[in-house]
Amino acid sequence: MSVPGRRLTVAVVYPDLLGTYGDGGNGAVLARRAAWRGIDVELVQAVSDRPLPAADLYTIGGGEDGPQVRAATTLLEEGTLAARVAEGAVVLAVCAGFQVIGTTFPDSADRIQQGVGLLDLATVKGTGPRAVGELVAVPTASAPRTAAGDPLPRLTGFENHGGVSVVGPGARPLARVEHGVGNGGGDGTEGAWSGRVLGTYLHGPVLARNTALADVLLGWALAPAGSPSGTAAALEPLDDHEELALRAERLEAVTGARTGGWRAAVRRLSPSR
Amino acid sequence: MTVRVSSAGQRSTRSTVASAAVTGVNRLSRALGRGSGTVAGGRAGLLLDPGLLATLAVGRRVALVTGTNGKTTTTRLLAAALAGDGGGVVSNETGANMPAGHVAALVGEPAAPVAVLEVDEGYLGRCIAETAPEVVVLLNLSRDQLDRISEVRMLVDRWRTALAALEPPGPGRPGTVVVANADDPMVARAASAAPAVHWVGAGQVWHDDAVGCPSCGGRIHFADDGAWACDRCDFARPATAARVVGDDLVLADGSRHPIRLGLPGAFNRANAGMAAMAAVPLLDAAGDTALDTALARLGGVTEVAGRFATVARAGRQVRLLLAKNPAGWTAIFDLLEETGHADDQVVLSVNARTADGFDTSWLWDVPFERLAGRSVVATGERRLDLAVRLRYAGVEHAVVDGPVSAVDHAVAHSVDGAPVEFLGNYTAFADLRRAL
Repeated sequence: MSVPGRRLTVAVVYPDLLGTYGDGGNGAVLARRAAWRGIDVELVQAVSDRPLPAADLYTIGGGEDGPQVRAATTLLEEGTLAARVAEGAVVLAVCAGFQVIGTTFPDSADRIQQGVGLLDLATVKGTGPRAVGELVAVPTASAPRTAAGDPLPRLTGFENHGGVSVVGPGARPLARVEHGVGNGGGDGTEGAWSGRVLGTYLHGPVLARNTALADVLLGWALAPAGSPSGTAAALEPLDDHEELALRAERLEAVTGARTGGWRAAVRRLSPSR
Repeated sequence: MTVRVSSAGQRSTRSTVASAAVTGVNRLSRALGRGSGTVAGGRAGLLLDPGLLATLAVGRRVALVTGTNGKTTTTRLLAAALAGDGGGVVSNETGANMPAGHVAALVGEPAAPVAVLEVDEGYLGRCIAETAPEVVVLLNLSRDQLDRISEVRMLVDRWRTALAALEPPGPGRPGTVVVANADDPMVARAASAAPAVHWVGAGQVWHDDAVGCPSCGGRIHFADDGAWACDRCDFARPATAARVVGDDLVLADGSRHPIRLGLPGAFNRANAGMAAMAAVPLLDAAGDTALDTALARLGGVTEVAGRFATVARAGRQVRLLLAKNPAGWTAIFDLLEETGHADDQVVLSVNARTADGFDTSWLWDVPFERLAGRSVVATGERRLDLAVRLRYAGVEHAVVDGPVSAVDHAVAHSVDGAPVEFLGNYTAFADLRRAL
């Protein structure tokens, strides 16, 4: 089951620009889960004033409007990320990072900025209130599957964004929103994916709360060269009891708040919250 | 101390009734055991008279203290520095830092001629408009409660707007002096809009929110000595009137003024430097004498609303430390390395209520890897988030339900009487303090 002799480089893309919401943790989760399986893994914090290193797996996080534009411009100018994706590298992008790897997104003055174009995804400024809160979404039938071919379990995380994203025909939605806003375009979807590129609005970080998704991304990165995209290498199981306890508690906090008795009802009515 | 002529005698009936309501609701709240009641009473007062804060501030000399970290401590230090001049200083020293808390504090001390108010970052504009402060202290700005404030840069822009409306000190008017931390580019961006700024180099360990230039979107480069500059525009660290260097406050003329504190840690020396510089315009004495008077007075502070206090538990010392966000936790880890021992038991407690922020993702921006090798106990309402974070940081840990049980667990496992360090975020800290 193990993957002897495999080396893996995980790069956290521009933590100096897109590191505001704890999403650098996704890189740490991927690297640790690989290392625990005996894989020789290197975790690189790829800052924006140096060339982006060649990596097998890139994680891109959330950030503020100004730095988001700079990140997109820099990634487009230097070209490594798109080139590595064409060679089969895996990308996980979250929130502002998700918008950056799409085709277009708005800046703070609502001017349209060009994204890196790794996903067919257009983001515009939302007209409603900012989407802030726990987000739960069920992976769609066409979402990535585990190495064993099983569907991914529910995704849990925390969203915090003003943008509304529409998934184009070149990509597929990742999940259907059960609680929260997600992409926000009115179709009830959350996230998007295409090939080995996956984006989401979930913070938490997403991979700390959803280890099955972490292992799918690792499995993609470790799949034998030349295997079709979507093929995930099988990985040894890990003792995830702490992550599973956290997942259960977070999912319960959301469903409990929706249905949960008079205390929750009072809390919902209370104007001070 | 000079006291401006008070027009408090002409308060409207409305504000008198509102003030009475503040006192009444607070008494009721305390009698019902619903906490100290400061916020409940203040809310009631503001409901009856939305202009109550402005009314209560009239005739007082007001200093406002805000920033992401250190504002409760700096408020306490500044109040101590001003307290010796007679006449009394009123302050919201429990950390109730929104207008309801300000109103409650001011109603409680109607005669105090000086008010030192801690202000929530999001309320600076309103508090400036309503209290006409003589001094505004800006400590630092970094990520905190992002579910509420969204982005640090949005706050910078709001501060800029509020500070640009200030008047500088001049003939016939006290005006407003802004005392700002020059080492933080976010603070510098906001404060540079104010007409009169005393820049203090107070240090800023946390740079991760300020790499993107808040002025032009370029890149800020930081030098080892704390200097910084943008690589695209002319935005750079302003020339300072004073710097905190080691245990001294060093003025631009080179004179050194020792900071002798009853509080631990480099970040508290920074807070003290800011408080001392903020005290100078408000003190009777002038210049260096005022500065040394302020520093001597604030040296007597040994705890701040329970923070940094040590309590005994089953024969072990338990030190209570508060940290709310990545910059704060990083500073506390520095403190543990500076003043603690490697075999200290460490209890970490995290909640995610309104006052803490609902999103715990920030735990992944905290360098918990620095605790590797220590005995760590995770507790608080979000102990499971902590446990997962510690697992990936490679830190051995126990998970214990309930902060007191967690402290007792640490005490029971303490080797050779080693002390216990308790680190909690905002409501987790308050929970433990109440319970002990």
